[in-house]
Amino acid sequence: MRIPPLKYGLSLVATALAVTALAACGGNSGSGGDAKVPDDPAQVKGDLTYAIWDVNQQPAMQQIVKAFNDKYPNVKVSISLAAFDQYFTKLKTQGSSDNLPDVFWMNGPNFQLFASNKQLATLDGLTGAKQIDPANYPKALDDLYSLDGKQYGVPKDFDTIALWYNKRLLADAKVAPPTADWTWNDYQAAAVKLKAALGPKGIFATGDTLGNQANYYPAMLSNGGFVVKDGKSGYGDPKSVEALQFWSDMVKGGYTPSAAQNAETKSQDRFFDGKAAMMWNGNWVVSVALKSRYKDDFAVVALPKAPNGERKTVIHGIANVMSAKSKNPTAAAAFLAFLGGKDAALIQAKAGAANPAFTGTQTDFVNSAPQYDLKTYIDAAEQYAEPYPVSKDTGVWNKLETDELGPAFGGDKPMSEVGADVATKMNEALGKER
Amino acid sequence: MSSSRSADGKWPWLFVLPTFLGVLVFYLWPLVKTLYDSFTETGPFGGATWVGAANYSQLVGDSEVYRAILNTIVYTAIVLLGIPIAVLIASLLNRPGLRGAMVYRTLFFLPYVAMPTAISLVWRIIYNGDYGVLNQALGVIGIDGPSWITQPWFALVAVALLGLWLVIGFNMIVLSAGLKGIPAELYEAAALDGASRAQQFRSITVPLLTPSIFFLSVITTIAGFQLFDQLFALLGPANPVMPKTQSLVFLFYDAAFVGNERGYAAAVAVLILLVVGLLTLFQFRLQRRWVNYD
Repeated sequence: MRIPPLKYGLSLVATALAVTALAACGGNSGSGGDAKVPDDPAQVKGDLTYAIWDVNQQPAMQQIVKAFNDKYPNVKVSISLAAFDQYFTKLKTQGSSDNLPDVFWMNGPNFQLFASNKQLATLDGLTGAKQIDPANYPKALDDLYSLDGKQYGVPKDFDTIALWYNKRLLADAKVAPPTADWTWNDYQAAAVKLKAALGPKGIFATGDTLGNQANYYPAMLSNGGFVVKDGKSGYGDPKSVEALQFWSDMVKGGYTPSAAQNAETKSQDRFFDGKAAMMWNGNWVVSVALKSRYKDDFAVVALPKAPNGERKTVIHGIANVMSAKSKNPTAAAAFLAFLGGKDAALIQAKAGAANPAFTGTQTDFVNSAPQYDLKTYIDAAEQYAEPYPVSKDTGVWNKLETDELGPAFGGDKPMSEVGADVATKMNEALGKER
Repeated sequence: MSSSRSADGKWPWLFVLPTFLGVLVFYLWPLVKTLYDSFTETGPFGGATWVGAANYSQLVGDSEVYRAILNTIVYTAIVLLGIPIAVLIASLLNRPGLRGAMVYRTLFFLPYVAMPTAISLVWRIIYNGDYGVLNQALGVIGIDGPSWITQPWFALVAVALLGLWLVIGFNMIVLSAGLKGIPAELYEAAALDGASRAQQFRSITVPLLTPSIFFLSVITTIAGFQLFDQLFALLGPANPVMPKTQSLVFLFYDAAFVGNERGYAAAVAVLILLVVGLLTLFQFRLQRRWVNYD
């Protein structure tokens, strides 16, 4: 049959359009939620992708994959690494086209967004078959990764916040090392001395990055303020504002690098390069500390107390989750079960990569760097930790924190104004969530 | 049917097909899709609802958009300076009998072929306020350099200077080709009439280069309005200076990939298309007044 030329072309166009249109709309179907792991490991075959965001933990993750392959030789796991700043951006994009990695790291702020949009598989199949037992992990973390009574994430580790300091720099400046009895006033007074002694050498008193998790959440909570409660923002609360003002004054006095200076050279890196003397930070930096030239100068102690004598830290942990649309749900479930097991936890602990969430494996983490007294972090979790603040769409107000709060530290606007401003916008965002 | 039958049939279509399909899939379809998306609002993981012109009214009411347009114009204006600079360098390099011209040409062209991101990271170190090479050099002559990449206008100028430096090599190659097309007799005749080198440059070189200059100004403007990678790599997305320094394309990125508002991002993309289209049209209108084609 001879098709007239123009029609021929048009039919091609139509076909091409139809094909692209088909490719453009992804159907929502299938769920690996009830994936079972067969009894015979050799039966499990195929390729998996495992997405993570911390380059410092990559070696430990590779070791875990190796150990997994000893048991399941026919599964090939490829680790894909994206820096934290781009990690969730990438995941949301992949989720839009049904191309999520089979298994990936999840954090508290993003969990509800992914779970409520049916991107994640539940753990029902694995817990039912006793492949995973939620009782092995801190309850706060099981709860963090549950939505509407179903658990989606297997807690991988947990982190709290403590005070890091550089013994050598403090001795140079003739400042007595911090103790667990320090208050914010002591922290500030030490900063004044450190700045006078070390400032001329281009060394900052503190290397605080002024992030929410390590700096102002613990301060706000210690001072009796709050971040989010009953769907309301705590940034307008006077107790919260006092805590924000404490950090703002630290920047104003030139003791802590400003947001701009932090953008140019990460304040945390200044601390590990011996260019800052103290900082509040989490146990996820242990592996960075161990790689530093000055690794033997560092020490860890509990956070200073607020003026009211209270001390609080947030507790947060990463979880491993699997995609609801994994092309290989059986292998993904097997890998997820392995990641949640004791062997994987011990590998992490011994490498000092992270403080594992599996009950009873933290000792190895504490012993992985005996010079840092990492028990501080475990004690913090048991004695004065509060759950990490999240809501249904945490990302929206986290963006407010980075865009509006971060740059305001040390600025001319009093924190009462900045905080009230953020609270107004945050309440608006929280109102939209329901 | 005449004897030109062979020109119909399906063969011509078949030969054009690969290119045509490429254009269709990678240009025309995304264009249509973006236009459609700009009237919708997308959920966090896809799925779109029709919202009419809501994205466009948000666009008009967003002060960040005006700031981004201004930033993009300032950037493009600075990068356009690369054309007169390249005219000067190219005519110096085209002097007959210049030794090592090839070496210079290669050196000027190198930045253009290197990866923008890699280069941006090197310049990030040069611009560093605490221990950057640039501020050390300024310190030698007694100037206390600013913190280049964390102060609003300085950061934009820093990005623009980098863009300028990147594009000089390309401009030079284009202009050198134009210079080769100018007959030597013209210069000889002018020299006989007693025209100085500067006069020759003004009355012969520049007027006869106008077609190349016009081409470059159109290309540079379009590229300038697509500024993203140097900005992103040099300043870093978490830089507090970003809201005051962002370009239109960065605004698009921020809306699409960080804020997850794909509909609004599509509206920003349509705006970029309109602005670039208008500017290009404007330049083509103006060319009759100053470009010599003979």
